[in-house]
Parts: sequence; C-alpha cells; structure tokens
Amino acid sequence: MYDVLIIGAGVSGCACARELSRYDARILVIDKEDDVCCGTSKANSAIVHAGYDAAPGSLMAKLNVEGNALMGPLAEDLDIPFRRNGSFVVCFSEEDRPGLQKLLEQGRANGVPDLRILERDELRAMEPNLSDDIVAALYAPTAGIICPFTLTIALAENAAANGVEFRFNTAAADIRKVDGGFVVETDQGPIETKTVINAAGVYADQFHNLFGAKKLHITPRRGDYCLLDRVVGLPVERTIFPLPSKFGKGILVAPTVHGNTILGPTAIDLDDKESTATTAAGLEALLAQATRSVKDLPLKQIITSFAGLRAHEDGHEFVIGELPEAPGFFDCAGIESPGLTSSPAIGKMVAGLVSAKLGLAQKTDFISQRKGILDPKTLSLEDYAALVQEQPAYGAVVCRCETVTEGEILDAIRRPLGARSLDGVKRRTRATMGRCQGGFCSSRVMAILARELGVPLTAVTKCGPGSRLAVEDDWERRGGEGA
Amino acid sequence: MKQFDLVIVGGGPAGLAAASAAYDAGCKRTLLLERDNELGGILNQCFHDGFGMHTFHEELSGPEYAERYVQRVLDRDIPLRLGTTVIDIRPDKTVVAVNKRDGVFEIPAKAVILAMGCRERPRGALNIPGYRPAGVYSAGMAQRLVNKEGVLPGKDVVILGSGDIGLITARRMSLKGAKVHAVVELMPYSGGLKRNIEHCLEAFHIPLKLSHTVVDIKGKKRVESVTIAQVDEHNKPLPGTEIEYPCDTLLLSVGLIPENELSRRAGVALSPATNGPVVNERLETSVPGVFACGNVLHVHDLVDFVSLEGEATGRAAAQYIRDGAVDAADLRNVPIRAEGGVRYTVPTHFRPDCVEDALTLRFRVAARSENRFIRVYAGDKRIYSQKKAALAPGTMEEITLSKADLLGDFDALTVKLEDA
Repeated sequence: MYDVLIIGAGVSGCACARELSRYDARILVIDKEDDVCCGTSKANSAIVHAGYDAAPGSLMAKLNVEGNALMGPLAEDLDIPFRRNGSFVVCFSEEDRPGLQKLLEQGRANGVPDLRILERDELRAMEPNLSDDIVAALYAPTAGIICPFTLTIALAENAAANGVEFRFNTAAADIRKVDGGFVVETDQGPIETKTVINAAGVYADQFHNLFGAKKLHITPRRGDYCLLDRVVGLPVERTIFPLPSKFGKGILVAPTVHGNTILGPTAIDLDDKESTATTAAGLEALLAQATRSVKDLPLKQIITSFAGLRAHEDGHEFVIGELPEAPGFFDCAGIESPGLTSSPAIGKMVAGLVSAKLGLAQKTDFISQRKGILDPKTLSLEDYAALVQEQPAYGAVVCRCETVTEGEILDAIRRPLGARSLDGVKRRTRATMGRCQGGFCSSRVMAILARELGVPLTAVTKCGPGSRLAVEDDWERRGGEGA
Repeated sequence: MKQFDLVIVGGGPAGLAAASAAYDAGCKRTLLLERDNELGGILNQCFHDGFGMHTFHEELSGPEYAERYVQRVLDRDIPLRLGTTVIDIRPDKTVVAVNKRDGVFEIPAKAVILAMGCRERPRGALNIPGYRPAGVYSAGMAQRLVNKEGVLPGKDVVILGSGDIGLITARRMSLKGAKVHAVVELMPYSGGLKRNIEHCLEAFHIPLKLSHTVVDIKGKKRVESVTIAQVDEHNKPLPGTEIEYPCDTLLLSVGLIPENELSRRAGVALSPATNGPVVNERLETSVPGVFACGNVLHVHDLVDFVSLEGEATGRAAAQYIRDGAVDAADLRNVPIRAEGGVRYTVPTHFRPDCVEDALTLRFRVAARSENRFIRVYAGDKRIYSQKKAALAPGTMEEITLSKADLLGDFDALTVKLEDA
C-alpha cells in the first residue's frame, strides 16, 4: 500500500511529489498521459506572476506571492531557466486609471514588493515598442518568466531521484474508501493507498465530487496562443498585460526564457475537457488584442499556435486541503493562473498537510538538487570541444533551428523519467520547437527514439498511445503497383 | 585542422557546384562542410525524375543529379567533412563547426560561400486552426519518411499546396498505396508545372481544390479529419463551403524560406523580399568575401539554376582569394529596382566595372499574367525587352544583360513588367 497516491503529473502534482519526497514515504504519481506535463501545465503563458491579481486574503494571493519568492531558489536547485523580467499592466485611457490604482493597492495588500505606477515617458524609455495609446502602467519588477515544461519535468525528476514512483498511461476512474485508506481504480488495475492527492487539473472536480458534500465545478477555459520566431528579437523585454477583466488577465505579449515572444491567451469557456483545438476566431481575436498593446508585432513570424485549458473553478480560488467527508483525500483543485507561479508554494502546503496527517518523518538523505540536460550552447568553445572529445554525440546537431545535439536527445531519453515520445524529447530539449517546427529534424529524432527504445520507427509516437507518427510501408507485401 | 582559404557551408547542389568551380578557378584550399552524412542535400530524398534538363538535357532523378556534382568534387579531391554542422560564422569569416570526429573546430577563412539551402514553412506560419496531433507534416518530412526511412506518414492524405513539391508528394504517396483525397490550393491556380499536374494528379484522379484552404484539423492524438473551405478574393474562408475529409494525414507544402541564421551571425544584410542575402554582381553579400548561392540566396524552381549560381560564387570566391577585396570606394554601385509586378531581383545591386561580359538577373513575378514584356531600364533608357506569353510566381525568370549596355551613366537599373 502506498502512503500517498497523486493523481495527475502536472506542475501541481509534481510539486507535491517533490516536496513529499523529503519524507520517508511510499509515493506514487499516476497520469493518464504518457509523460509529465501533458495537460494545463504544458500550454500556458509561462509567466511567474508578481501577485497583484488575486483578491487580498485569498489562498490564491497568498500562494502566488509565496510561489514567486520561492521560484528563484527552486530554479537554481533544479537547474532550469528562470528570469525576473518584470511586468507591466497597461491602461489605454485616463478613465481606466482607477483600475490600475486598484491593482496597485491590491498588490500591496498581497505583499507584492516594489510595485509602482509608471507614466508615459518612463514607459517608453523602458519599452519603446509599446503602443502610443498607452497612458500609464503598473510595473511589477518581481514578475518573471519560466519554462513550464522544464519546471514540471525537473520537479518530477527530482521527486523520482528521491524515490517517488511514476506510472504513466494510467487513468484514474474511481476512488473507493477502504479500511486505512483508499483504492484508486485505474484502467491499469486498482491501486491501494493511505492518502490521495487530487491534482487532476480540469478533471479534479470529478474526483472531488466522489466524496465532497460541497460539489466543485471546473470549467475548461481554453486559451489560444501564438509564438513568434526568435529571429525577430524581443519586441518587449517585459511581460505586457492589459487591465484584467472578468475572464482573467487578458492577452499578454511576453518574451519566453528561450527568446521567443508569446502572445495570448484567449479565454473561451468549454464543456469538453480535452478540447485543445485552436479556432480561427480565437486566433484572430488574440492577434487583434496583442497588436493593441505592442506596436508593429511581426505577425508574419508566427511559427506555431496552440491552445491550453485552464482548470477554472467557479469560485476562482485554489481549492487545497483535506476533505472532512473523506479523511486522507486531499484536493489540489482549481489550479488555474497563477497556478504555475504558485506551484512551489502549493507543493509545500500540500506536503505539509499530508505529512502531518500520516506523521511522516523527514529523510536525512533528501537530494535537493537536480541537474538539467547539458546544453552545449551554454559552454565556452573550449569546454564544448572537451565535451565532444568525451561524448561524440554532442558533436552531431540534430535540430538545426534550435541547435539541439544527439547528445542532448540521448540524455533526455536515457535519464530517469526519460522521454518516450517526440513531444517528450521536444519538451526536454527543444528539438522541433524552432522555426521549421520539426519539418527537418522530426524524422531524425524519431529514428533516435526507435533505436533507443528498441522499437520500429512505426511504433514511435508523438505523445503516447494513439499517436503513432508513421505507418508501415506494406506496398511490397501487397504486391506492389500491380496488385 | 589544416588551413583553408575558402569554406563552403552546405554540400547540397549549390555548395557542390561552388566547390568544384572554385577549384577550377584556382582555389585549391577549399573545405566543404555538410551537416548530413552524405553529400547532395535534399536531392538525396527526391527520387522523382525531371532534374537536369537544362544542364544535361536528360531527365535525372535527384540522387543521379547530385551524383554528377559529387563526382566532380571527389575527382578534384576537395577536402570535405560530413556530419558537420557550422554553429557560427563570425564577421571576420572565422567559421566554427562541430562534428563527432573532429569535435569543435574554428577555421579562419579568407572567403566563405553560404550554401545552406532553405526550410519548409510550418503550419504555424499559416495559423491553421484545430488540434495538433500526429499526422501533420511538411511535404519534405513525408518524402524523407517514404524515400529514406521506408515508412509512410499515413494512408489517407490531404495535401495543402499545389506547387511542384505538393504535386510530386501526391504522386509519391499514391504510388506507395496511400489514398490522396485532395490537393488543396489557396490560390485560384496551381503554382506547379502543367506536366506535373497531369502526371501527378490527373493520372491518379486526385482532385485539385483551387481557392480552398484548410480550416480545421480534428483528432487529439492522430489526425482524424481535415476540413477545407473555399476562400474569397481576400483569402478568407467562405462559411458554408466546408468539406471534411476523414483522413489520418495532412501534408503541407506551403513555401520555402531561405535558411539564414548563420548569415545573420556573420553580419550579412538580408533582403525582406527574398529572406536571403543582399548581393552584388558577384553574388557577394554585404560582408566582403562572403558569397551566397542556391536556395539560401533565394528559393529556386529548378536545381539547374542552383548549380549555375553555385559555380558563379565558386569562381567569384576564387577571384576574391586571388586578388583580394575590390576597393569599393572607387566603384560605382548601382541599385537594381524590382518594380511593376517584379517581386525581387538577384543581384540587388551591381558595380558596372566589375561585370565581366554580361550580367545575369534572376527574379520572380508577384502574380500570374500573360503576354507581357519584361523590360529593363538603365536610368530612363530601355536596354532590354522580351515578350513573355505567360508569367507566374512559381517560375523563376532569368535574363542576361550585356556589359556594353551597363556602362552608361545612370543611377539605377529598373526591372519591370509592362503591357505594351
């Protein structure tokens, strides 16, 4: 029997797993997809919010500000990119100024440091490409940007290094209370556990509602995004938000830690919890908004568009804690923006609750650091040369847009919780994420995956079962052209 | 690593032609760098024929065409490195490259020829909405899977883009037993050759849907269907005209982009019209001693012209190495303007004193038209006029101007299309 079973290997589930791995306990994370970071965590703005958006006194506000402060040291421990680039909330007319003032006061009440309102001239000096219509902005220097893939993957890898087990392609269907804990029924069979952490993203309401007297309702709220090629440089250095509305923080323009520019998200409420398709209307609305904030955005340099689903709980609040109706069942639900930012604090909070419940003891041999995949681009030429001498695979460039070598791809596949699919390699190394979007290197990455996994090329998937990338050429078996 | 005078970046048709031409022009210290494990570039996966009609007056397959130029390089014993990626070209023409055997190495070259080719435009460049499942590939990737890896990208296929690459991909997939449901083209006409429409579509009863585009992709894990719709004159989809094809694959052949990241690092100025370097009559970029040829310079329709351009840069680089940089301060530098339906020209400017016997201009037109004149003006004076029965954006035009016509005193050369 496990001590803890975590449903969902998104950023919340992995943060809980990593924090709980400080304790002596048997911990299992399950996910219905073939990898970590396959739901809400993989498609979002990649922003570390300062913390002025959430209502003062809310759990969201508290965990946002705490998470923001924790992110710096965590990023160092986990060897992942993170940059405090600061954010602007811009307003387009004098009538909107009270909205800015309200955010400033809210932020101060939430404990966000160094907030101030900037006027037109100062704004222009800092961000020359801001629209001429912008009259003032709230500046939050503690806001940052992060790579949500590597954050989630690094949390999971670190948890695994500390003994946490992961099972993928394992979907929880039902949870039953039994003596001393729960049986979680999955499509791979039942799993017994003393406690359950419900970190199931857009599906968290379904598991909560098995036990909770007060029902939760989570709406998948779709956000469409576009990504610009690195080649255009950064139109803005900081993250630029419009004033928030009831649908959220509005459409932002922001740099990514990898030097792209991200535009988005829209906010479209859906019923279907799997509907991550972009729509023409969504993309159009998004581009119209983005170009309102920042002048001359090079929209011809869009290299991809995508959509993610936020797990929007009706009360727009994080629902974290033990259910009184089902002791040992812990919710980690309604984790929408600023969920990514809050994840380090969410992990700590949940781990605190669960470890107290189970009376867990801290390990003495907790490994707090994780080493990322070595990127030769970060080395001096001398060090790179030495690396290739030692490991020739780093001398073979596979993805030419992002200059990703075979050495990095092999590391991504061979490390614990390694990549099993093209998307897995992509999210760990950035191969296929550049301007040709894998047109050149996908087949080469597929060949490496096939070789490493010991499967034929036709068994290599984009993202797990059902997503095979190629089919067998059975032309000759069928007798060729004359058949 | 030995000392080299000339480094050629890319061992496809442009780089191969450049290497042997530079050798023949006297440059014996050339290093040819190729990122793949064989020479020939994209030709190696182009199994269809039709290559080399201009140069060899016979129809060769891609690998056969490549082989002729590879042989020239081997015959001359030109040093080369395969599996080698150039990671930087510095403005002082130091080339930094890496491979498994030599590791990371730097070569301070006297001249560099850029021959990196191009990339295919991805789905994102068109902002096609829908899911992002397995089964959406560029035509080039599909070709590689079929011809090099021996697998198929899928069995029920829709192709977007009816240029020659899209058409040839449709035939290849059909020959391999896949069902190609339609080739979809945004424009009201195909950019491909007429014979390709006949041989690749009509012969296989594949419908060509002109003035249509892809408006939705369904399937979360693998493509389940592709929906197309007719577009209006502004290329906006018309509601009510949707056709949904159940299929497992969408192949995109929606344009090529010259691959100029290394050119940028070298400080080479690029043209917004071609996305390739701005070059003079010697195909020399804004950085003296750095030359460009083939698809990295501008996207070609026929490989024969790529080879010719490669040879021209090979000779020019050899001359540069032999004679040193031309003292540009003393030379008249005349811009070449593309006007009246001409989208761009290569070169973009020229120095009349440096033209040897004639100046070759290559260009593309912006739209289809019939019975128009290609005209060139030196200042106000018409120096060239040629009637063309048909002009199309898919076809690269080439004209040659004699040196005698280029020596007058004028401030610009203008290439334009005129009705009469």
